[in-house]
Amino acid sequence: MGEPGTKAPLSLEELEASSNLRTGRKHVLSILVENKSGVLTRIAGLFARRGFNIDTLTVGPTEDEQISRVTLTVDGALHPIDQVTKQLHKLVNVLKIRDLEPNDTVARELALFKVAADGVQRGELMQIAEIFRGKVVDVTKRAVIIEVTGTTDKIEAFENMVRPFGLIEMMRTGEIAISRGRSET
Amino acid sequence: MRAVDALMECLKAEGVDVVFGLPGGANLPTYDAFVDGGIRHILVRHEAGGGHAAEGYAKATGKVGVAFATSGPGATNLITPICDAMMDSVPVVFITGQVRTELLGTDGFQEADTIGITMPVVKHSFMIQQPQELPRAIHEAFHIARTGRPGPVLVDIPMDLSRAEIAYEPVSDVRLPGYQPRVEGNQKQIRQAAKAFASAQRPVIYAGGGIVNANAAEELTEFVRSDRFPVTCTLMGLGAFPAPDPQWLGMLGMHGTRAANYAMDEADLICAVGARFDDRITGKLSEFAPRAKFIHIDVDPAEISKNVPAHIPIVGDAKHVLAKLLVEYRAIGADPARLDAWWSRIEGWREKYPLAYEDSADAEIKPQYMVQALFEATGGEAIVTSDVGQHQMWAAQYYDFPQPRRWINSGGLGTMGFGLPAAMGAAVGCPDRLVCCIAGDGSVQMNAQELATCAQNNTPIKVFIMNNGYLGMVRQWQELFWDGRYSQVDMGEFPDFVKLAEAYGVTGMRLEDKRTLVDDMKRAIATDGPVLVDVRVTREENTYPMIPAGQAAREMVG
Repeated sequence: MGEPGTKAPLSLEELEASSNLRTGRKHVLSILVENKSGVLTRIAGLFARRGFNIDTLTVGPTEDEQISRVTLTVDGALHPIDQVTKQLHKLVNVLKIRDLEPNDTVARELALFKVAADGVQRGELMQIAEIFRGKVVDVTKRAVIIEVTGTTDKIEAFENMVRPFGLIEMMRTGEIAISRGRSET
Repeated sequence: MRAVDALMECLKAEGVDVVFGLPGGANLPTYDAFVDGGIRHILVRHEAGGGHAAEGYAKATGKVGVAFATSGPGATNLITPICDAMMDSVPVVFITGQVRTELLGTDGFQEADTIGITMPVVKHSFMIQQPQELPRAIHEAFHIARTGRPGPVLVDIPMDLSRAEIAYEPVSDVRLPGYQPRVEGNQKQIRQAAKAFASAQRPVIYAGGGIVNANAAEELTEFVRSDRFPVTCTLMGLGAFPAPDPQWLGMLGMHGTRAANYAMDEADLICAVGARFDDRITGKLSEFAPRAKFIHIDVDPAEISKNVPAHIPIVGDAKHVLAKLLVEYRAIGADPARLDAWWSRIEGWREKYPLAYEDSADAEIKPQYMVQALFEATGGEAIVTSDVGQHQMWAAQYYDFPQPRRWINSGGLGTMGFGLPAAMGAAVGCPDRLVCCIAGDGSVQMNAQELATCAQNNTPIKVFIMNNGYLGMVRQWQELFWDGRYSQVDMGEFPDFVKLAEAYGVTGMRLEDKRTLVDDMKRAIATDGPVLVDVRVTREENTYPMIPAGQAAREMVG
């Protein structure tokens, strides 16, 4: 009943019974919103003023051009997820919220790493990239850029591997996520 | 027709009979439409006055209030009323002018990002981007403002769009897929609640402003009387249950009665209806009602378990839920005798700790007596508005409200300067009722300019200033918690309120003698048109009883 992490969209009915508990894990919220100006500001502003921290946030179009999807991750150890989702539900432009169940969700993130690599180091670096199924997308004399997609854990693991080589820059998109099976996210 | 002419048609279709506002450059087209628009417009002297008047109108009538302002400073002057309406769930539609679309984002003259500035304090807002969107936006704004948990909705209209020609067709529906407030209440949960009541030994019903908003006072009263349930109301809920009454414990919270606060403290079941466990109610949260199970009925699911986890949460409108709860409870047929011990405990507190103060023996007017005198002078029949501070708390304590929508004040935001314009709005909305404002001498100066509006429209509000020459509540806190080191609280004898009243074209009176106070107040009330009465009260009197901030109900003082 309204426990964060359930598969179904959080309807108001379910929210009735949820309580102000911290779950202690990361939550991926998939939020369908009307594609109107200012909607992202409303969401971001809500988080800021309620003191909730957004870990990552991505926004993009969906198959319906009038609807956008916001995927954001929140730390359930710090914030009462049910309060976060209830407050989100109050935004008139928010259509649907789903707190994705980790075991039932495919989540991916894209990251770009610019790593210092000259001569000898380059080979080793490329081997590591291969193990992580990363792609070298640019090489110069002094650096390579590697593209990695995967779960947050995988990207963090890759980061740890390449950091000793001299990590010049890193960029991450934040997670997007979709539920497994036939049902809609 | 022009979009602004369509706006007038939309307002009429929404049943708007009066709006409060002030014109400016960016809403010149709108004001041109008012000339033939067939809607009464009251020209205020400051947009904040207009906003609070719209709130007062909404709170007194139960209808949606409407306030207009121009762009930039006009809109920013509305921020306080908008925020106030948000905190107290008041249905108001605010319509602001905006600079021409080509100037948007260029720091044009009188440009402010009204949508951006107001976003944290509105229930929703609309930026008009195409003139033909306007009619639908207006109807959706009214729909959102009045349904679910009511609140402020803002519509910002760039000047060029407002004068554009559109093909107007009446709008009869709203398309808000993301906005579907639940009103009915889950039947299973309601049954659970009825059972909890039937087995409770020490129940308390804690009723808030949501009862007033849902027009559920009758349902509440009937449920309370279906057994011997003790009931207490929040500051916003006063009048939701008719006071005084044997089952009525008085107001609860920081300046509530001991009976109400002690009952909350010892209760085994607390049923919150349309209330939100504000810090002024709970005091120290970790020690709030430690033995109680909580039923929480609210139309806003986000309020449930926000501050206090609910054992039986019910999302729904108080009117629907209480009616169903009554049916379920009656079906159980609980034994009222189980509450005997609880009532004797409550009666003990009532006897030992009645609301009381030491009255003067001479002509001096104690502030508490001033409220009692006004109650007597009005026969308890007035709509009473107030500002914020000591006078507000004394008014809440000593004026018994027999019906909802009689007590109009700023609870959540605590806005000084609310009372006078709110009284004006209430008087415009309820022309057949006596409307009094109990004001503070500090607060009243924050929107005193609306006396001119009242004089111009002959709006017959009776403003009674509880004048102690201090920012009294701050002075009290400095006395009690800051070693009596008074800092910037002495207002002196300025202004001369009688002269101020006369300058505004309002009758001014000064009352200083307790012995004739009731009769003098009756005289003020019988005077035609608006009256400003400067009542000189004891300078240093404290509002008691009191739960010091951050402490538990058991630690009440005074």
